Parts: sequence; structure tokens; C-alpha cells
Amino acid sequence: MSDAAAVGAVRNAFARMTEVNAGRDGLNIILWSDQASAERDAAAVAESDGPLAGVPVVVKDNIATLTLPTSCGSRILEGYVSPYEATAITKLRAAGAVIIAKSNCDEFAMGSSTEHSAFGPAKNPLDPRLVPGGSSGGSAAAVASGICRIALGSETGGSVRQPAAFCGVVGVKPTYGRVSRFGLVAFASSLDQIGVFGSRVDDAALGLEVIAGRDARDSTTAQHSVPRYRDSNGERLDGVVIGRPKEYFPESLDPALRTLCDRSLDALRSLGAEVRDVSLPHTDLAIPVYYVIAPAEASSNLARFDGVRYGLRIEGDGLRGMYEATRSRGFGAEVTRRILLGTYVLSAGYYDAYYKKAQGVRALIAQDFRDVFDAGVHAIFTPTAPTPAFAIGAKSDDPYEMYLSDIFTVTANLAGVPAMSLPIGRMNGLPVGGQVIAPHFGEPDMFRVAYALERALGREAHK
Amino acid sequence: MAVTRDDVAHIALLARLALDEARVPALTAQLNGILAHMDALQKVDTSNAIPVAGVGDAGMPLRADQGPPIPLARPRDTFAPAVRDGFFLVPRLATHEDAAGEVVE
Repeated sequence: MSDAAAVGAVRNAFARMTEVNAGRDGLNIILWSDQASAERDAAAVAESDGPLAGVPVVVKDNIATLTLPTSCGSRILEGYVSPYEATAITKLRAAGAVIIAKSNCDEFAMGSSTEHSAFGPAKNPLDPRLVPGGSSGGSAAAVASGICRIALGSETGGSVRQPAAFCGVVGVKPTYGRVSRFGLVAFASSLDQIGVFGSRVDDAALGLEVIAGRDARDSTTAQHSVPRYRDSNGERLDGVVIGRPKEYFPESLDPALRTLCDRSLDALRSLGAEVRDVSLPHTDLAIPVYYVIAPAEASSNLARFDGVRYGLRIEGDGLRGMYEATRSRGFGAEVTRRILLGTYVLSAGYYDAYYKKAQGVRALIAQDFRDVFDAGVHAIFTPTAPTPAFAIGAKSDDPYEMYLSDIFTVTANLAGVPAMSLPIGRMNGLPVGGQVIAPHFGEPDMFRVAYALERALGREAHK
Repeated sequence: MAVTRDDVAHIALLARLALDEARVPALTAQLNGILAHMDALQKVDTSNAIPVAGVGDAGMPLRADQGPPIPLARPRDTFAPAVRDGFFLVPRLATHEDAAGEVVE
């Protein structure tokens, strides 16, 4: 790519960003950007022979970058610029990508709508009255609105797949340990993974190829070599067994959503796949398990934000007063609620009843997946979310109602398996996502199914 | 297991959060609403559950108890307003002054 072409691609991205993001009617999906810096970076990488040479990429605001702030959508880190960058960012830049902006998200990635950002809610590009999903709603909306074709988000319970479904793009959560978490601000460390958004399956596959791999700075990354995921792009699925778990297709499932899923399953059958009914019997316990374990880990991880080491400091009465004033002023309502919940389930007298019990049930959920995959199933197909994008403010009064929007996605995080969402059609004009789940490090099979389904549905996936 | 307003005040203390008194009733109700859904976990037999430790057959990979240096974009002594002998100098906190005045028996 020539200098002019690389710089031109960045200018086009910024022109689109300006068009959709700012102002009273803007989508508020981008928090931080620096066009001059991005253009310099583009000129510098123009001669790169990397697979992402000159490609503009938007990054969620909880992934550390050197030149743009990393605020995690929180007042407590407002203006904070990291002195080091995430390994995923280093890999993207080495592949020639140009980091152009940091995207809006729920504070510390805690939310399912990107309404819980200290910098105001992000809006859905398809209808600004609706949420883009969350917590990586800004990155999903950046791809959906045409600012970029690849963006990074992070997943703890569905924060890439659910906004991908709400915005009509592709979103991938890799196997736990597939991508380094070094430089990803920790929320719930046993669940967190950096994920990739793409305008198409191929973009997401390429993005994951670039950022995946062992990292000495994250001891939970796996030794497994990284396959070329784009090689999974084929037309037929002969010999592939797709599981259809009955727990993800309850009687209460919206008939229109069921119809779209059935159409996708028919398409998979027509490509040669066998569709088999399977059961993941502990699915209904996933939300209670998740909302014990994730807040417990968050209450510990977020203890570091105390006014001493990072960002905001509010003076108070003595050391404790300073801690309390800083944290109370710096954290928003949802983060405060989850810290309290996490502290409670870890506290003396309740640890066994909640945290230890939840870890036991988490093991049963992971075993459910192992049982299905050990029986010869290559991938599982489900809806990504029980509804399409909902209205801004519609679920603000009932935290648990909001949590239920992750009901089909949290299981993959709890089990550590890879999963992705891709568009499979529309309900009342709004995008709907279908989810493909694979065994640990089964991303090649996951992409194989996704590539084939995307091709089979064609334009029907977007109408 | 219902959470009381006193419980909320106690866990706020543990979490280093100063809650506005007016928010405590609503937070108590919300936490109870959430925790009510957690009760379903108590009915599950987890006695034979195999603990989750890592992903796949490899389990949790281990490494030597040292990692590569963190590639810092700017010198370490620019991180704080004042540095001496490689240590960050922090403002004296009122607690220290209070402690200095206390009688230790």
C-alpha cells in the first residue's frame, strides 16, 4: 500500500467518524482519537508487508494503548494514558494496522448496553433510539457504521458477541488463553478475553490470526500454535456435526427469532452438515453463576483503583477517607453495585454458599460442553441473544433484567470455549445474530461453520 | 439469604466505598433482587464437580516466576511527580500525622 493510500484510508475513517459520532445527534461511539497521530502512523506502516498494512482499527477503551487515553469508560481513569501497550495492540501494529480511536464501552466492561459509560451512552447506528449492546458497544457500532472493518473489544460474559448481534456485524470470543490479556484492564480475570469484531467473517478471522498466540507476559496464554483461520473458508460442511441445544430454544423464544435460527440450521444441513439435538442441562444456572464469579473477581481487581496509583484522587478524612471519596466519586452505579455484590459473596460467612458453590456449578457447565463435544459434535449453533437491540433506558431500572440479555453468551465464557456471532437475518428491521460455539481451541471448525453459513445466507443475513 | 441495610453498610466499608445514606435502601433492594436468583445454586449437587483449572487438556500452563520486562514508553521516573533512589515519593497523608500523635502502649 502506498503512503497516500494508507493515509487516505485513515482520512476516510476519520471523515466517517466525524459524520456519525459527534454532536447532539451523534452516536457517541468514539471516546478518544487523534487524526494527526493516526496519519503519521499510517504513513509509517504504508510499506509494511503485514496482513493489515494500512488498515484502520478501533479499540475498546479498556485495552491499553500508548498515545490515546485508556479510561475504561470511567471517571476514575479519565485522562489516564498507559505507559505500556497491550500485547494485542503491539501485534496489530506489527501487522501494519493503524490504531485510530478508542471506543465507548460500559464502565470497566460491566454492562450489556454501553449505557453505563461515564461519558454517556453509545447509540446503535441502525437506530439511534436503541442501544448498540455492550459492553463493547462502541467497537461494534464503529464497524457497523463503516468507520473501520476490524475493531477490538473484550469479552467477560458476551460483551463482543451480543453487541455484534445488535449491530449486525461479526464478533468473536476466542478460547480462554488464545489471546494475551496483557494490557487488557482486568474485570474478571478467569473469564476475560480480548475479542475481534469484523464487518464479515473473513475480517474477524484475519484479526484473530494477528492477535492470537502465546505471550510470556500472560501466563494463562496457551502454547498451541495459531492456525491460519482464513483457511477455514470453504463451501461445504460434509462430515460436520452441528449441535442444537434444546435449552437455547425454549418455548418462550420469540417465534421470529426461532424462524431465523431454523433457516440457518436448514442452510447448514443443505451444505452437508448433520444437525443433532443435544442438551446442555445446566444452562439455566449460568447467569446466577456468572453474577457471583464475575463480581467477586471484579471486587478484587478494582481494589487497585484507590486514588494512590491511577487517575482520580479525591482528598478525604485520612487515608481511608481518601480511598472512599475517590472510589465513590470515581465509580458509577453499576460498578459500585457489582463491587458490593462481589465483596458480599466473598465475605466471611457467605463465601461457601455463593462463591465456592458457583465455582462448583461452573465446573458442571464446562462438563456439559465437554460431554457434547466428546460425543462427536464439532460445533454448536444457538441464537446469540434472546432479543434484538432494545431501547435506551428500557432496562435501566432492573439490573437483573439487563443481566438476562447475556443468557445465551455467558456459558462460553464460563467454560472457556470459543464462540462467535454472525448476522442471520432481521426481526422488525433489526439485526439478529446466530452463535457458533466450538471446543477449546476449535476456532478452525467454528470459522468453517461461520464462513459457510455467511456464504449460504448471503444478503438474506441482512434483511 | 436476605441482605440488610447494615450488611450493605458493612460491605461498603470492606470495599472502601462511602455510600450516600439515601442510596442504601435502593441498593439493599437491588442486591436482594439479584441474590434471590442465586438461591437456585444451592439446590445443585456439586460434590462430584471437577474444579475448573485452566482450559482444555493442557490445564494451566506454568512458567518460571519471572517475566520479561514491561516495555515502558517513557522512563519510570516520569510516572510520579517526585522520585528518589528509584522509589516514588508520595504526599504525606493525614493518617500518618494522626498516627504520629497516637500514644502506643
